[in-house]
Amino acid sequence: MTQPSSTTATQDPSAGDGPPKLECRSVWKLFGAGGETYRVDALDAADNAALARAGLVGAVRNVNLGVREGEIFVIMGLSGSGKSTLVRCLSRLVEPTSGEILFNGENLLDASAKRMIEIRRHHMGMVFQHFALLPHMSVLGNVAFPLEVQGVPRAEREARARKMIELVGLDGREAFYPRELSGGQQQRVGIARSLAVEPELWFLDEPFSALDPLIRREMQDEFIRLQSVLRKTIVFITHDFDEAIRLADRIAIMKDGAVVQTGTPEDLVLRPADAYVAEFTRGVSRSKVVRVASVMQPGEPSSAAPSVMENVPVAEAAPLFADGVQELCVTGRDQRPVGRLSRQAVADVMMLG
Amino acid sequence: MSDVASQAGRVIDAGAIRAGTSNAPGKTAWRIAWGVALVVFVMLWLFGKPVAGWAFDVPRAWRIPVQRWISDAMKWLVDDASFGLFSFTDLTRFLATLVEVPYRLVLGLLSTGIMDGRGSSAQEILPPLSWLAVIGVVALMGYFAGGRRLAFIVGGCFVFLAVFGQWDSAMVTLASILIAVPIGVVGGLLLGLAAFRWRAVDIALRPLLDLMQTVPVFAYLVPILFLFGFGPTSAIVATIVYALPPMTRISLLALKGVPDEVHELGRMTGCSRRQMTWRILVPSAMPGLMIGVNQVIMLSLNMVIIASMIGAGGLGFDVLAALRRLDIGAGFEAGLAIVALAIALDRLSQAFAARRPEHVAAGAGEKNLLARHPYTVAGLALIVAGGLAGLVAAPLQSYPEALQISTGTLGSDLVSWININFFDQLEAVKNALLLNVLIPVKRFLTSLPWVGVTGLLALAGLRLGGWRLALLVSVLSCLIAFTGQWEKAMITVYLCGISVVIASLVGIPIGVLAAGRERLWKFVELVVDTLQTLPSFVYLMPAVMLFRVGDFTAMIAVVAYAVAPAIRYTAYGLRRVDPQLVEAGVVAGATPWQLLTKIRLKLALPEILLGVNQTVMLALSMLVITALVGTRDLGQEVYIALTKADTGRGLVAGLSVAFIAIIADRLISAGANRIRARLGLPEGEGGHR
Repeated sequence: MTQPSSTTATQDPSAGDGPPKLECRSVWKLFGAGGETYRVDALDAADNAALARAGLVGAVRNVNLGVREGEIFVIMGLSGSGKSTLVRCLSRLVEPTSGEILFNGENLLDASAKRMIEIRRHHMGMVFQHFALLPHMSVLGNVAFPLEVQGVPRAEREARARKMIELVGLDGREAFYPRELSGGQQQRVGIARSLAVEPELWFLDEPFSALDPLIRREMQDEFIRLQSVLRKTIVFITHDFDEAIRLADRIAIMKDGAVVQTGTPEDLVLRPADAYVAEFTRGVSRSKVVRVASVMQPGEPSSAAPSVMENVPVAEAAPLFADGVQELCVTGRDQRPVGRLSRQAVADVMMLG
Repeated sequence: MSDVASQAGRVIDAGAIRAGTSNAPGKTAWRIAWGVALVVFVMLWLFGKPVAGWAFDVPRAWRIPVQRWISDAMKWLVDDASFGLFSFTDLTRFLATLVEVPYRLVLGLLSTGIMDGRGSSAQEILPPLSWLAVIGVVALMGYFAGGRRLAFIVGGCFVFLAVFGQWDSAMVTLASILIAVPIGVVGGLLLGLAAFRWRAVDIALRPLLDLMQTVPVFAYLVPILFLFGFGPTSAIVATIVYALPPMTRISLLALKGVPDEVHELGRMTGCSRRQMTWRILVPSAMPGLMIGVNQVIMLSLNMVIIASMIGAGGLGFDVLAALRRLDIGAGFEAGLAIVALAIALDRLSQAFAARRPEHVAAGAGEKNLLARHPYTVAGLALIVAGGLAGLVAAPLQSYPEALQISTGTLGSDLVSWININFFDQLEAVKNALLLNVLIPVKRFLTSLPWVGVTGLLALAGLRLGGWRLALLVSVLSCLIAFTGQWEKAMITVYLCGISVVIASLVGIPIGVLAAGRERLWKFVELVVDTLQTLPSFVYLMPAVMLFRVGDFTAMIAVVAYAVAPAIRYTAYGLRRVDPQLVEAGVVAGATPWQLLTKIRLKLALPEILLGVNQTVMLALSMLVITALVGTRDLGQEVYIALTKADTGRGLVAGLSVAFIAIIADRLISAGANRIRARLGLPEGEGGHR
């Protein structure tokens, strides 16, 4: 393996600085009789046996996360890993047993019911796995629904809803009812609806899992396009590791209610924390994950070399070597050169698969 | 959350497997227990009478005078009870007015015309709707909900009512339904919502609903007659009370069926409680709720017919009067009119339940009133045009009598023709069954000691559902004995039992035959559907025509009424068997007969048992109505109480029927669930409809 330069590997390409938008501190969620009063602070997150003895299931065990402004944070886990419960804890649809959930520094678990309604109405949007469209309303009615709940006047909310419908490419279907649409179209409605209130925080709970593989791919592209326009802070749940790799700025992998590892796709692939994570990353092609910044060398390249952004995967940089080019100029976000990429370094990564 | 549920499921599965393996050695122990119990039972039955007479007939001193308590309580309610500002009687009068005022209005519109003043000095302000307008409106509703075909069916049914001279009675019945159904639906929905929101309400309502759905209809009538008096108002009150429990149950089911994600959507968009209920839950549950509305309509029709005994009037009264006069022709016609009304209402409400919104082309918003509401406008136009035309020409106002057709003589002629030509054969069948089956079974059952029967039932309960079920079953059966209803209860069990056996013998083979043949099944399903929409009263007419009064007639009517679920559940059960299992059998070289007996029937058994359970429930409810043709069971007891307005007697007998129903239901359901668990099939929904 090529030595990734240790200074740049942990740097997150799209994350901003400052405190996280949404932070979750030692959050626990226990299911089972008596789960509400069970003392978890004495418990090690790895100690499942003690919970089982008490007749409890630890759906979320001592989870610590920070989601930064404008990043796509993917929570990945197989079914039963507690990822759905965790995202419901973050939005407080499920009441965590203990812990703190800080949204813009405010602990959601201390918020009153009224304050919570306020936060959900104006600052959060959620997309559901099975769409959760209201069958008695048209597309327009569904998308305008969150605004209607807030009491926004009809003309205004319909104008905003139409804009969202256009954004997801469903214009012309405003009068259709959910059952008249295909699965992909229904989820577009779900996405438009969750965006109608222009939320700061966007939850997507396995939004594409119920769709056919081809449609899923198309919707992922659509999602990437939307995010490039909107720059929302996103918590995205999936059980599909390829989807996670494709979309994520950072990924948290969950197993049995606990987070096994958090990091960029590159981190996970290059430095899996344990065998469980390694099992997922084994089939992933390195060149699609490893970013140019990780394999470049410091120093100025020759002036004639074509340039490439430091945050693109190596696989995207490879075609630039086609015309016998030996070296690429790596540029930072501000277009200034930050290093050089040799043909050999790219070939090494590509050969790893 | 679903992740956790599946984990919990796995734990339960493991438990079930362990329980399954530990079952085997227990089997012989159970066999011995049953043997001992049976021997003790037979000894008691054969030799116990001189030694322990109390085991056969509960001594008078032991009996609980519940009848008197209830009667006294009712008397106190009516005479003395007071809430301070107003008395209980004021309350019932107030409720009666609440129902009566809209009823008079609807009745005026449909039948009598809106009157000013009372008695003979009354002046007609507004004539009733023209028959043409009513037919036009229902046909329009049919067209709106189900297209041309439904318009034709519904319109045809109403034309039938007019042509056969049943219009006025039918409109009286329809008016009662139009009042009872909205109240029943809204009340049931509200109760369902309350039970959905507060667990305590759910827990409190559950046994009450169970009881109310098993108490025979006549028993409802007695206290209502006592509180509200004789007349259409009490009939409507009885109808509402009767239709509430199923609507509550269906509302609760429909609300619980709303997916979790939809709840979460409501919370994520920041819905208030009220928005959550009325903007999210109720609209999402609408398809389920509409099925409830259909049920309420059909139950209301059934009850309005039966409630003719406490003054509902209309078609039910015509049938009842004809039954009392033994005027077969008139009863037959009114019966057919009920069938026509039932079919029209059923199809119409089903079509409305199946309707789903569809988008209209863009630009619809700018159109005029007619284009936006074509049906409402056309309906109103029809009513106005009909009214105006009625002022000019009387035949357009009410269907001309000269054009009415009567099957009156035809029905009677047919019956007398059958009786002349086939009297001997019919009598032979009747007598053979009576002498060889009915009477011996009756003698046998009434001679059994109540202690022994209770013991055997408890043992069955213990085996099938554990000690809770055993306790429930034995307490209910003791209650029947200690209120002095044992002998009549055994007569009920005998008639019900024989009817169920015959209905199963007829129904299950039909279900088996129909299950595998698509076209036959379509036809059978249509017949069964239609049979189930018919009010129970209708079944009495043909039975009485052919066999006059008595146990045998009652049995025929009960079998005819109760056979439908046996057919339906058998066919459903067989059709739902996993096709892969059948294919596995075919590949293994099974003959069709082996496929049926070794695979399909085995797997469909729980479903078939549920069908039998339903048959028992329907048989019990019908049995009470057959008191009209002279049975000697609990039904007769209720009927007598009704004619004497003796609340205590009626309720005690009615509750005894309910107890029999609950015992049968719980034992059969527990048996079905045991088989289900053994076959590894998912838990079925409860036995109730």
